[in-house]
Amino acid sequence: MNIDAADEAQLEATWRDPPGWLGAISAVNHKTISCRFMVATFGFFVAGGILALLMRLQLAQPSNSLIGADRYNQLFTMHGTTMMFLFAVPVMQAFAIYLVPLMIGARSVAFPRMNAYAFWIFLFGGVMLYVAFFFDTGADAGWFAYVPLSTFKYSPTKRVDFWAQMITFTEVSAMMEAIVLITTILKMRAPGMTLNRMPLFVWGVLVTSVMVLFALPAVVLASTALITDRLVDTRFYSPEHGGDVLLWQHLFWFFGHPEVYLIFIPPLGFISTIIATFARRPVVGYRTMVLALIATGFLAFGLWVHHMFATDLPELGKLFFTAASLLIALPTAVQIFCWIATLWSGRLWFRTPLLFVLGFFAILLLGGLTGLMLASVPLDLQLHDTYFVVAHLHYVLLGGAVFPLFGAVYYWFPKFTGHLLGETLGRWQFALFFIGFNVAFFPMHLLGLQGMPRRVYTYPAQTGWTGLNLLSTIGALAIGLSVLLFIVNVARSWRGGVVAGNDPWSAGTLEWSVASPPPAANFNVVPVVHALSPLWQPGGTPSHVTGLSGEHREVLITSIADAEPDHRLWLPASSPWPFVAAIATTILFIGSIFSPWAVVWGAIPVAAACTMWFWPKQDMTQHRRSSEVPP
Amino acid sequence: MTPPVEKPGDALDASVLPTFAFGPRSPMWWGTLGMIVVEGMVFALTIMAYFYLRSRSPAWPQESLPPDLFWGSLNVILMLLSGVPTGWTKRAAERQDLRCVRIGMAVCVVFGLACLLVRIGEFSTLNVRWDTNAYGSVVWMLMGLHTVHLVTDTYDSIVLAVLMVTGPLEGKRFVDVAENAGYWYFVVASWLAVYAVVFWGGRL
Repeated sequence: MNIDAADEAQLEATWRDPPGWLGAISAVNHKTISCRFMVATFGFFVAGGILALLMRLQLAQPSNSLIGADRYNQLFTMHGTTMMFLFAVPVMQAFAIYLVPLMIGARSVAFPRMNAYAFWIFLFGGVMLYVAFFFDTGADAGWFAYVPLSTFKYSPTKRVDFWAQMITFTEVSAMMEAIVLITTILKMRAPGMTLNRMPLFVWGVLVTSVMVLFALPAVVLASTALITDRLVDTRFYSPEHGGDVLLWQHLFWFFGHPEVYLIFIPPLGFISTIIATFARRPVVGYRTMVLALIATGFLAFGLWVHHMFATDLPELGKLFFTAASLLIALPTAVQIFCWIATLWSGRLWFRTPLLFVLGFFAILLLGGLTGLMLASVPLDLQLHDTYFVVAHLHYVLLGGAVFPLFGAVYYWFPKFTGHLLGETLGRWQFALFFIGFNVAFFPMHLLGLQGMPRRVYTYPAQTGWTGLNLLSTIGALAIGLSVLLFIVNVARSWRGGVVAGNDPWSAGTLEWSVASPPPAANFNVVPVVHALSPLWQPGGTPSHVTGLSGEHREVLITSIADAEPDHRLWLPASSPWPFVAAIATTILFIGSIFSPWAVVWGAIPVAAACTMWFWPKQDMTQHRRSSEVPP
Repeated sequence: MTPPVEKPGDALDASVLPTFAFGPRSPMWWGTLGMIVVEGMVFALTIMAYFYLRSRSPAWPQESLPPDLFWGSLNVILMLLSGVPTGWTKRAAERQDLRCVRIGMAVCVVFGLACLLVRIGEFSTLNVRWDTNAYGSVVWMLMGLHTVHLVTDTYDSIVLAVLMVTGPLEGKRFVDVAENAGYWYFVVASWLAVYAVVFWGGRL
């Protein structure tokens, strides 16, 4: 179904963000925001990787003096903080912001201005943390900033304050993105896309976003209490005034464990999508897969205490959390079996995205097995705070998130840019990454079993850890080289790669029905969906929607379960006010590090900017009134 | 490019659909619900922190008196009463009755400001400072969190009340009024929880 060229041009003009620098800060198109978000998170990934390489260089030799203890503390804290808060969680949301509307047949996300605001404060929060780092004020109390080390008494500089405010920035951003995504998924699916026909990736994003709403408030509360303890002498974590240090651990891990699944569940969606396309058939057991995702989301909230087995909690309580930690392997196993069945019964097409997914299977299996080991209390006590834990968490996070993520980039890059990434370079990158990863992290298991503690800046030669550490460093360099190859591949393919066309993979989901890169309005004609894989299965009637305005950003709102057309809505125009509000918010947050009164005077510009953001325009309102249809 | 000839029944016509809707039909409702879940979770976790600290403490309140009941209880009464004009305004918005919405919004703003005034009284009779002990910290955290909600929703109501008088107005603004009223219910409900914990958690 097509429209004529004049209508297409009109639609493009309606949905495109304005040009120039003012247009750049006024942009609200979900694809523009998402691309910025992806580039920003990838930038933080590279920064965090460089920090990791510096650490590995320091550890390559015993008693090395390349980096001192204080700098090393900043390095591992910044590395963990960057990878968890500035890369792993937001990069998944960034992908979702691009893909979800295209996969569900929508022209936009639900709250495009809030989406833009969420990006800006994420960016400003991350940049703030790095600016502080370059002024030797980098966070240095570990990425989970345990009290009492992170309290004012033991960390009297501003380092931890910047860390705590970075949490506020990034988590506010993540919660807003979650609200944008949930509303988009529930209310803006194309007619006919019932919940039963929703792509598995979109299910993964929905489950993740709901988890964000329940998990992230815990870390916001924890870090707010930390910063008030540090700045205005509240006593939450100070035992001599009736406070309690374990309160921090409970709050942090009530967020921290679900966070692992915030990082892991969207990649499960990447994997389901990639496997379906490259096995040339829909994933086996669609409903089972959906139920497994939801079960994972629930169980993820019952695991947090397994990070606290080395504290004085009741033994019976620890047993419960051991059981829950073992239980969550079940829904993951169910999904893996469904994928194996899909691969087994499909016709496999070995392209780079599939290679990364197969890499995921191997790495995650190893990470999962060491997870089962750590879930038992006696073994955890032995291995707590050793390199065994470092090995485990990298196997889980890189295996569970970064491998599928690279697969996803290779898979969707043609949609983002119109060009395929180079296949030969892709295979080299995969091979280097896979081998480099195992060479870097497998030795850490052995180092941990031999008793090497994590977060030490050096070790004496007599420990006998030199060989394995050197091996690990060589592996880390291979990973670095692999990422460099990826950057070269992206740079070369951005403009010059093989032209992709609408659907280079002959895939089944809606995003492949539109041009690459997609037009500003995504769909020239809003489709009506009749199947789980609309591009693989025969269509039906009606096939598309008419009667939506092309002169205004009008979208179709549908019902939650069955996606029946409900009403039409005009989305707001592009606007610089979300950017201005983000600047005002940044001034408030950074100001509050230096004076508690910033919360008061800083709130005035925020309120003013938000009011300007909300205040309707006369001409648009007039247009709307002339065509209004009341419910 | 010429458009292909359409068969009848091939297109789903959206032009007859309404251009705004109330309640769960509206994306705004879902956005508001999302905020309520997040903020409700912050309240719930702070209350859990309160009882966690209480369970680890030999005396509660730690070396101070519980807050005076007068101002907090007065605010309970005020907020419960504010439900009446809030509900009335919400229903007026849903039937797009501009005159009643204007009156209702004005009354709601007055209630919001009154609650804030009473809040000053509450803070002055908490009988503990935030830096006295952990009990004081968590009490001030709960009160502070709720006050932020009170301030922001009262400010939102003022902005919306002004807009409903000055315009520019369209049907969608009635949805905003209805959602604002729904959010106020959350502010009231969360106060009932915070009041019970702050004013009675140190007595029972």
